[in-house]
Amino acid sequence: MTIPWDLFAIQTVNGIVTGMILALVASGLTLIFGILNVVNFAHGELFMLGAYVGVLVLATTGSFWLALVAATIIVALFGAALQIVTLRPLVGRDPMTTILATFGISLVLQNYALWQFGPVARKIQEPITGHFTLFYLDYPWYRLMIALLSAAIIGGFWLFLKYGKYGIWIRATTQDRVMAEAMGIPVPWVHTAVFAIGAGMAAASGVLFGPLVGVDHAMGLPWVLKAFIVVVVGGMGNLGGSIAAAIFISLLEAYASIWVSPSQAVIVSFVVLILTLLFRPTGLFVPTPK
Amino acid sequence: MTERHSTVFWSGFAVILALLIAAPLVLPPFWGRFLTEILIWGLLAMSSDILIGYTGMISFGHSAFFGLGIYGTAAALLLVDPPNLFLAILFGLVASGLVAVVVAYFSTRLRDIYFAITTLIFSQIFYVVIFTWTSVTGGENGLAFTRPGLGIPGLYVVRFTAETMHWFVLAVVAGSYLLLRRITQSPFGTVLQSIRENEARTRAIGYHVEHYKIVSVMISGLFAGLAGVLYALQNQFAAPDFVFFLVSGETVIFNVMGGIGTLVGPIVGAGFFLLLREALSRFFTEYYLIPVGIIFIAMVIFMPQGLLGFMRRWLNR
Repeated sequence: MTIPWDLFAIQTVNGIVTGMILALVASGLTLIFGILNVVNFAHGELFMLGAYVGVLVLATTGSFWLALVAATIIVALFGAALQIVTLRPLVGRDPMTTILATFGISLVLQNYALWQFGPVARKIQEPITGHFTLFYLDYPWYRLMIALLSAAIIGGFWLFLKYGKYGIWIRATTQDRVMAEAMGIPVPWVHTAVFAIGAGMAAASGVLFGPLVGVDHAMGLPWVLKAFIVVVVGGMGNLGGSIAAAIFISLLEAYASIWVSPSQAVIVSFVVLILTLLFRPTGLFVPTPK
Repeated sequence: MTERHSTVFWSGFAVILALLIAAPLVLPPFWGRFLTEILIWGLLAMSSDILIGYTGMISFGHSAFFGLGIYGTAAALLLVDPPNLFLAILFGLVASGLVAVVVAYFSTRLRDIYFAITTLIFSQIFYVVIFTWTSVTGGENGLAFTRPGLGIPGLYVVRFTAETMHWFVLAVVAGSYLLLRRITQSPFGTVLQSIRENEARTRAIGYHVEHYKIVSVMISGLFAGLAGVLYALQNQFAAPDFVFFLVSGETVIFNVMGGIGTLVGPIVGAGFFLLLREALSRFFTEYYLIPVGIIFIAMVIFMPQGLLGFMRRWLNR
C-alpha cells in the first residue's frame, strides 16, 4: 500500500483545525470540572445554543464578529444563571448528582432548540470566503482562521488565569477551596464565573464551527462526547493537557478517515480513551504522579 | 427480618402481582400494552439499580446491554428456522453477556465520573458499529422479525396474544425482581453495598473490590439484556436507536425518579416517566422532554430520594 502523502498533509491541516475547536470546547469543560468538580453534560448544548444565538444575531445585524461576541456574552450570562439555579443547590452533595442535573439540562435545551428552531439546519455565512491552493484542493482561509482564533481565545484565557486578578482567584480556588474562602475570595461567585466562562467558550466555538457544518439542535452531542474523551485523555482539570489531547485525537481521527468513513473514525478516539484509561488513568499529557 | 415485616412484604407483593395479572383483562388494549412496556423498561431500570443503588456506580451505558439483547434476539429469530423462543432468549443473553464482560473488565478499573464516562463511550462504540455495519445489522433501518410462539418447540406451541405476552413479560420481570432481591440480600449483595458506602474500607477488610464490581456490572448487564429480549419480543423490531445513549440516560432518569437502591423504585420511576410522557405529549407533542427534563432537574435538587425513597430501608429489610 502506498501512503498518500498529499492526503496525509491535507488531513494534518484538517486535524489541527478541528483539534483547535475541540480544544476550545474541551478547555471550558475541563475548567468546569477542575474547579467546580462538575461534569457538565450540557456543554454540547451550550455549544449548540451559542451557534443558534450566532445565527440570530447574524441574521439581524449581518456582522459575523458581532455575532461571535454577542453569542459568547449571552450564553455566558445564561450559563451563570443555569449554574445559580441548578448547580448551587447541589454543592456539597454527591458529585454524581451534578451529572444528573446537567444531563437534565441538556435534554431540556436540546428539545427547546428543536421546538424553537425546527429540525432544519441553519447556515452561518463565513466571514472570509477566500481560498488558497493546498495540493489539489481549494482550501478555505476561514478554516485556518478558526484555528488561529481558537488559539487566541485559549491563549487570552491562559494569560487571564496567569496574570489577571480574577484569574488568580480562580487558580486559588482550584488549589484549595477552603483556604481561598478564608482569604476572602467569594468562592460561590468564582464558581459561577467559571461556569459562565466555560459556557462562553463553548458558545464561541459553536459560532466558529457553525459555517463548516450548519447549525441544528443535535450538533452538540458528538462534540461533548469528544470533549469528554479529550478531557480524560488530557488529564481531568488540566488545561494544557486538554489542548494537547484535543489536537492529538483530532489528528488521529483525521488520519483514520483517509481509510474509513468519518463516522467510523470516531472509534479511533474511543480506543485511545480506553487505552489511556487502562495504562495511564491520570491522563496522557500530565507528568507521571509520584 | 421480622415475622411481621415479611408477612406484610409478601402480601403486598402478592396483591400487586395479582393486580398486574388481572390488568390486561380489564384495561383497554392501549393501556394493557402500555403496562407491558412499563414492565420492560422497569426491568431495564431495575438492572441498572444494581449499579447505581447498590454498588454506587452510575452507568451511562446500559443501552449497550439493552440494545445487544435486542439484536441478539433478532439474530436468533432471523437465522434459526423455525423461530424458537428459548433460543431467542439465549442469544439475547449471550450477546449482552459478552458485551457486559468487555465493559465490566475495562470500566470497573475506574471510579465515579470516570466509570460513567467509560460506560457511555462503550455504548457509543457499539452504537457506531451497529449503525455503520449495514450489511449485518440493517444500519439505520434496523431489522424486523416475527416473534416465535410461546411454549416448548415440538411439543406445544401457542401464538402470543397481547395478554399472554403481558403475562410472559410479567413472569420474567417478577422472577428477575425476586432473583435480584435475593442477590442484593445475599452476602455478595452486602459486599456491594459496603463498596457503595466506603470502598477503601471494604478493600481494607480484605474484599477484592474489583472482582465484586466486575460481577455486579455483569449481573446488571445480563438483566438489561433480558429487558432487551422482552422488548424485541414485544415490538418485533431492532433499531440502532436502542443502543444510543439516550436510552441509557432515560434508564438513569427512571432510577432517580423512582428511588435508587429499592429495585421496585426504578419500575415505578419507569411508569411515572412513561405516564408523564403520555400526558405531556398531548400538550407538548414531541417536545415532551422539555417539561419532563425540568421535572427531572427539580427532582434531582429537591427530591433526591425519588418517589419510593422513603420506603428504601423497609424494602431492603
